[in-house]
Amino acid sequence: MIEIIDLEKSFDGQKVLNGIDLTILDNELMAIIGKSGGGKSVLLKHLTGLIKPDKGSVLVDGVDIVRLSGRELDGIREKFGVVFQGGALFDSLTVYENVAFPLKEKVKIDRKELHERVLRALEDVELLGMGKKYPAEISGGMKRRVALARALITEPSIVFFDEPTTGLDPIILNSIHRLIVDTHKKYGFTGVIISHDIPEIFDVADRIAMLHNGVIVETGTPDEIKNSFNPIVRQFIIGMEVPSFKP
Amino acid sequence: MRILGAWTLSAVRRLGNIFTFLANAVYSIFSPPFKFGLLLRQIRFFGNKSMVIILLTGSFTGMVLALQLFYTLRKFGSDALLGPAIALSLIRELGPVLSALMVTGRAGSALTAEIGIMRISEQIDALTAMALNPVRYLIVPNIVAAVIVFPLLAAIFDLIGIYGGYAVAVKLLGMSEGTYFSQIETFVEMKDIRIGLYKSLSFGVIVSWICCYKGFNTRYGAEGVSKATTEAVVLSSILILIWDYFIGSVLL
Repeated sequence: MIEIIDLEKSFDGQKVLNGIDLTILDNELMAIIGKSGGGKSVLLKHLTGLIKPDKGSVLVDGVDIVRLSGRELDGIREKFGVVFQGGALFDSLTVYENVAFPLKEKVKIDRKELHERVLRALEDVELLGMGKKYPAEISGGMKRRVALARALITEPSIVFFDEPTTGLDPIILNSIHRLIVDTHKKYGFTGVIISHDIPEIFDVADRIAMLHNGVIVETGTPDEIKNSFNPIVRQFIIGMEVPSFKP
Repeated sequence: MRILGAWTLSAVRRLGNIFTFLANAVYSIFSPPFKFGLLLRQIRFFGNKSMVIILLTGSFTGMVLALQLFYTLRKFGSDALLGPAIALSLIRELGPVLSALMVTGRAGSALTAEIGIMRISEQIDALTAMALNPVRYLIVPNIVAAVIVFPLLAAIFDLIGIYGGYAVAVKLLGMSEGTYFSQIETFVEMKDIRIGLYKSLSFGVIVSWICCYKGFNTRYGAEGVSKATTEAVVLSSILILIWDYFIGSVLL
């Protein structure tokens, strides 16, 4: 379980997170939605320990990762898989080497088992046969799938997705969402998806939290969010700006 | 007063960050696991990228030295000492400094750009999120490779420069081949070679440290990479020349 308690962060005097409180339950797929530039990716970086907050806590299975650093933090990160915006694949490695990388570097494993697990991961994301390609030779959608395979290969208990479908066409977008749902069913991880794909995300997430002006303004199941009376949520869903809302 | 105070604080903070970065890298050099594959790759990176430019600049530096020193030494009737004058200038000073400046421009800038792009495309964050230390993967191999490659490139620069000087002195200016080389053998001591070696070793640390630091701390997209690359080359070049003076005055 991940608990975010009163999380605050400012950059150059500008408050990006303004007291976030959110609980993500074990094995659920939680989507965090909100407009671009609203602090969603900054929030995700706090959850992975890449940024330290000015105030507040992030409890991962009861351990406050804000207070950890170095090897202790790395110990918690062993539980994580992260799918970055754009994939963040290593340019100098092939698709196969990218997927094998975390396993090869972190786990003592013989070559045969490593090969089998990489093939299985590539199969999960429907990329068998693409192992020899370099990231520069594959499409944006394929990069996200490779990133998903790389995130899942260590069988993490928590997977973070930072806008995994940004810039993709609707068909590829739906195929990535389907893969997230399928792999979630197969591996049973706790998933946190940063997204602004409305309405597609309603078919993916178990619960949705809406981030606006640095605070979570609504949390609920997809149906609850769809039927919410909160004007910010309503206007985000129908695609209109909310210029002067103060929570 | 407030602006001056803020500037001072910011400068001290930046300086602290640069030295903490180096300390972190040095600590990681001596703590396993060691990444020999990455080290070999980076040795090839530095050597491959810089060899042609080192051969070119080395030979022409030697040739120019021969022309200029021949003209000067002949005025004092000491033109027989042209060989050692060229060799000592190259081995003690020009070889390490010019080769380091050339490698900075060629491989150092590429290194900053590569690490900078890894930063802005979140590849460094990806390593960190995998609980893998990016300093061990990206910085340590470069610093160790530079410490190995810089003295080798300086030695190649010296050698090709001495032969460039030979081509001009013997083939063009009519000096005897025996005089050129025998005088070098007489005047160049092990101490001179050691000074050149210490200089290029320290330049290797400076260039890889600054170029990696600038790349590692790149911000704000393509413009950030361009800015980081320029800053890395300028700062490395300035530090090479400043450090050359200090180490030269200590080792003289």
